[in-house]
Amino acid sequence: MSTVPAPRLITTEPRLSDKIFRRIVTAGGLSSLAILGLITLFLGFRGFEIIRNEGLSFITSSDWTVSYDESGNVTDSQFGLAAMLVGTILSALVAVVVAVPISVAMALFLNFYSPQWLKKFLTAAIDMMAAFPSILFGIWGFLVLMPSAEYWAKLLNKHLGFIPIFETNPYIFTRSPFIAGMVLAIMIIPIITSVSREVFSQTPLDRIQAAYALGATRWAMIRAVVIPYGKSGVIGGAMLGLGRAMGETVAVYTVLNIVFQINWHILLGAGGNVASLIILRFGEANLFEIKALMAAGLVLFVLTLIVNALASLLVRKSGGSGR
Amino acid sequence: MSTVKPKSPWKASKTDRLREAAIFLFAVTFSFILVAFTGLSGKLGYFLSFFFLYAAATGIRSYLKYGMATAKDSAIKVFIACGALLTIIPIVSILATIISKGYKGIRPSIFVNDMSMATPTDPISNGGLLHAIIGTLIMIGGALIISVPIGILTALYLTEIKGKFEKPVRFLVQAMSGVPSIVAGLFILSAVVYPITKSSSGFMGSLALSILMIPTVARTSEEVLNLIPQDLREAGTALGGTQWRTVAMIVLPAAKSGLFTAVILGVARIAGETAPLLLLTGGGDAVNFNSFDNPMGSLPFYIWKSFLAGSEEAVTRAWAGLLVLVILILILFVTARILSTRKVSR
Repeated sequence: MSTVPAPRLITTEPRLSDKIFRRIVTAGGLSSLAILGLITLFLGFRGFEIIRNEGLSFITSSDWTVSYDESGNVTDSQFGLAAMLVGTILSALVAVVVAVPISVAMALFLNFYSPQWLKKFLTAAIDMMAAFPSILFGIWGFLVLMPSAEYWAKLLNKHLGFIPIFETNPYIFTRSPFIAGMVLAIMIIPIITSVSREVFSQTPLDRIQAAYALGATRWAMIRAVVIPYGKSGVIGGAMLGLGRAMGETVAVYTVLNIVFQINWHILLGAGGNVASLIILRFGEANLFEIKALMAAGLVLFVLTLIVNALASLLVRKSGGSGR
Repeated sequence: MSTVKPKSPWKASKTDRLREAAIFLFAVTFSFILVAFTGLSGKLGYFLSFFFLYAAATGIRSYLKYGMATAKDSAIKVFIACGALLTIIPIVSILATIISKGYKGIRPSIFVNDMSMATPTDPISNGGLLHAIIGTLIMIGGALIISVPIGILTALYLTEIKGKFEKPVRFLVQAMSGVPSIVAGLFILSAVVYPITKSSSGFMGSLALSILMIPTVARTSEEVLNLIPQDLREAGTALGGTQWRTVAMIVLPAAKSGLFTAVILGVARIAGETAPLLLLTGGGDAVNFNSFDNPMGSLPFYIWKSFLAGSEEAVTRAWAGLLVLVILILILFVTARILSTRKVSR
């Protein structure tokens, strides 16, 4: 009598080694979640006391003073970020307004105008610029760009001074949010350019060819096909740039004159930036003030997170229908 | 019998080229005249008048030859080229400034001395940046050890496992790449330095840098792993390999040079980070090989300190430090580009 071997059990159950592998990889994959969560948790934990004491005035008032008695105890403190928040948004907006047209022009040039050899060279140059350290932009901005930018600011003030944001009183142009915005613009051009270039290069070829076949010039094709297709991607890229510009520390610190006073006049040499406030105060801060700086860091973190989230949603959504 | 010579009517003929050159010369000369006789002045005046004149001249020529649509097209072409030029100007200016100001501070002695016996305002012959280079390399090494495994695991999760968190993870990695560097520094300060170590050291700097490096490594590796043909994975499974063996023996080796590129790009991203190091490393002036104890210097910190010292020697020191840092980043960058031209190795 022959024995029939028991039928082999066939399952889709992964082996033990695979189970372990999957666990490890999943754990690694979720680390970004863990890190972001921990950042919120720890900064919130350290800054909680300050935020609770100050309440809403932490973001609406613009006083930042701490006074101590002889033994180093804090007697009176006021922490308000309003001036810094206004300054952050102002210089970042200047940066985006300056950088977006230049970057979009560059992206269009790379995709539709440039000869192949130049394209390779320019792409490498822009990628390289993205890797330049921020301290380099800061020092270059302070020593090289500032004299020119001051002259531009004076021109703007002379010819467009009747527009409120270009008013300057007192007449000080050095280290203004405008100049900080210029430095930031140069820093964010690479990222906006590379996002826009990517989006533009995904324009469906058949639509481009259809536009040409209908007799469109290159510009007419770009306006009818490429721009509508890539619009939300470009906006997303601009917001990524905005997020970078808001979080920039060292470059802004070297260029900007930090003043605890809300200033909407971009050409006036007084401004602020949450990140550079942290560097400015950190050196002489005691543990109590450092808590306030942590709270400021939390505000900055949440702000950039929101901007970045919106940006990545927009970039992903890009590629809508053209005309 | 003569053969018909092929024509290429789309190419610019000699007269076209001549005409273009003439328009260019016209714009140049007239911008000089405009600057000389009107209120415009300086480099900005030349630049603006040249571009507007050039755009107008090419536009008018196209209008006369082809009509309105082409006129718009060629005028806008000039503006777009102008935008491209505006991007290149700062790059060239930055590189030129670093080289012209930095080379004065570069001499052999700075690579063998540290600043323990010198202050930034001393003559350049005193002291050097050995401690900074060593510190930067040690911190980068620490950041590599932490962020390369996490970054590549994240990329593997997104490409190989494709679990139910795929979309949120991709989103979070994207969000993480936008975390301001100062926030990373504050986080390590609040989570590690105050409760645990209570002193600044090089390793704290490495921790903060790896937060900034993980997203770069993860995103670039994800792109690289997506380029590996699906056939390779299927072949691995068909040969009876488990997923673990397929990934470890087939996918990762195939993506080796691409993953290397990802790591190098990550290093280039963090090599010049300054803000977290100002908070965390203490910036020692002596050579320090111990990453866990005592302040550690780094190139960005050295540049920062010298720049803030303000005297002429100190600023020259800062430029020399920047030159060394940028050369380091450029070397990394060129290596990454050379490797990335062949993304899938055999």
